[in-house]
Amino acid sequence: MNSKTLLYILKRIGLAILTVWIVITITFFVMHAIPGGPFMSEKAITPAAQAALEAKYGLDKPLHQQYFTYLRDALRFDFGPSLKQRGRMVVDIIADGMKTSVKLGLIAAGIAGVVGIVLGAVAALRRNKLVDKVIMVITTAFVSMPSFIMGSLLLVLFTVSLTLLPANGTTWKGLILPIITLSLYPMAYITRLTRSSMLDVLGQDYIRTAKAKGVSSMNIIFGHALKNSLIPVITYFGPMLAYIVTGSLVVEQIFAVPGIGRSFITSITNRDYPMVMGTTIVLAVLIVVMNLISDILYKVVDPRINLE
Amino acid sequence: MKKKLTMHVDVDSFLPATDEEKSYIVQMRPASTFFRDGIKRLLKNKVATVSFFIVLVIVLSAVFIPFFWPYSYDSMLGMQPGQPMDPSYNNLAPFHFGETEHARIAAGERVFPHIFGTDSQGRDYFIRVVYGTRISLAVGFFASIIVLIIGMTIGSIAGYFGGVVDLIVMRFVDIIYSLPDMLMVILLASVLKLTLAPALEGTIFEKIGSNIISLFVVFGLLYWVSMSRLIRGQILSLREQEYVLASRAAGAKGRWVITKHLLPNCISVVIISTALQIPNAIFTESYLSFLGLGVNAPMPSLGSLASDALNGLSSYPYRMVIPAVVISLIVLSLNLFGDGLRDAFDPKLRT
Repeated sequence: MNSKTLLYILKRIGLAILTVWIVITITFFVMHAIPGGPFMSEKAITPAAQAALEAKYGLDKPLHQQYFTYLRDALRFDFGPSLKQRGRMVVDIIADGMKTSVKLGLIAAGIAGVVGIVLGAVAALRRNKLVDKVIMVITTAFVSMPSFIMGSLLLVLFTVSLTLLPANGTTWKGLILPIITLSLYPMAYITRLTRSSMLDVLGQDYIRTAKAKGVSSMNIIFGHALKNSLIPVITYFGPMLAYIVTGSLVVEQIFAVPGIGRSFITSITNRDYPMVMGTTIVLAVLIVVMNLISDILYKVVDPRINLE
Repeated sequence: MKKKLTMHVDVDSFLPATDEEKSYIVQMRPASTFFRDGIKRLLKNKVATVSFFIVLVIVLSAVFIPFFWPYSYDSMLGMQPGQPMDPSYNNLAPFHFGETEHARIAAGERVFPHIFGTDSQGRDYFIRVVYGTRISLAVGFFASIIVLIIGMTIGSIAGYFGGVVDLIVMRFVDIIYSLPDMLMVILLASVLKLTLAPALEGTIFEKIGSNIISLFVVFGLLYWVSMSRLIRGQILSLREQEYVLASRAAGAKGRWVITKHLLPNCISVVIISTALQIPNAIFTESYLSFLGLGVNAPMPSLGSLASDALNGLSSYPYRMVIPAVVISLIVLSLNLFGDGLRDAFDPKLRT
């Protein structure tokens, strides 16, 4: 690793820290922009009770003091108690939801990666043949179908028309459809990415040299072409995670999966603001860190690449 | 015959041109313009042409069908003034009629069919889908225009002035770019509509609804960055051209050079990326509507129609399938058309 790469990594880490700070700041000001404050409830409360509530949450202090308290707490993932689920801390609810969602997301990402790379490589090796055309048509359709549409259609097909799978995502069997829904878009994207980068690599001189030397085609594909054509795929890992996080918001809603996405949407409709802010910050940190890792990995794998 | 190596003038060179020689310089056909060339290339692309016609049909029907359709998107057919609610109109299957309509048919009257039936509140579903398409298309279009205006202004200023201005603007763009966009959109959309609703009261914007306005604001805040990056890159390369130097030597100031020389030359990139922005905006709008953060009820959008259909999914799956198919069709054909546009008008971008 040379000093230029190191400088890039340091700059990239700085940007990531800045981004997290901005997300926290935005959530703070958004919270304060809500008319009537976050504690305005449906029930009328006495001014004394209101004042007591505000004192308890420090809302009577000057704004900048509130901000620094908020910043300090947010960095410790301390978002206070939930407004709607009495007696539970926001961080505990998030941790609970994360267990299911991380499982869902990781399996979906794994399937998308493996299937996408295989399909992309097959399409590239059988370029302009029937297999390639079928793969390209299907992936084009998947790429332009929003995840909630995909999920709803799968739900109609498998639970309503065929009644093969349960519509409720609480059981292991019920997680099959949400996983498929989440993995289809990234899978299609990775397929297309792998195909085009593989085609690029197959046209390189070193592949021709290898062929001329008499290297077997298996050896060329696995030893020379595939490894190099996977480099652009690395950059997609960050965006893929962002997609899976936002996709899980609707997918968990559709299939009633008790994950973090569902509790996020519920807390938005319930106006459970500490919950909304906490989840936003946690998910944002997750996405920023994944983007950071995939960018650094890309730079380390191929130092020639200039990401500026 | 002219002798070799003499200084004498060759008389043959000064004879009048024959008809055959004249025919060489006759213009066979008028010179093609950049625009006409692009259209020609676009029409050769079958996928793009078909996509364009699909988009055209969808847009025209979304615009014109509500004008002559006998039902409206928010009238509950079971509700007649001065009478109790007639539940026979709720959840009608496609091409079925309510009780009073059956009576009218029996009396020999012709009643316009409910092509997709009615929804759980007795509203004609076909016109709701058409209206939802109209809303989704309009939101997508105007959101893209907002993104275009903001991105173009900031991008061209950064690209033209360069130096410190460029550095500051681009760092700012980097930061917004690295924000998790969907999370921010959801956060802002869920809170903005609360803050905007009282501010909009009494203005013309109230009719559009605080949710859509907040959607536009969110788009304006977050999505201009990629457009401004693109424009900046174009301007950076264009401003080194000789004609810009000539214009400046003649005394032209920044605004003139930007609007007269630089922007017209990156217009094709602008149009293409706007065309590709529209399906993204439609996608985001339907996503937010699906989560309940989009248009205000009773106004339908394709996303909210799909979201409403989720409740009665086991009995009325077609109510989910119809908006789903329309959204996918719009997004797919707009994307394919945008790709075709890029191939036809900007060969440099071709990969």
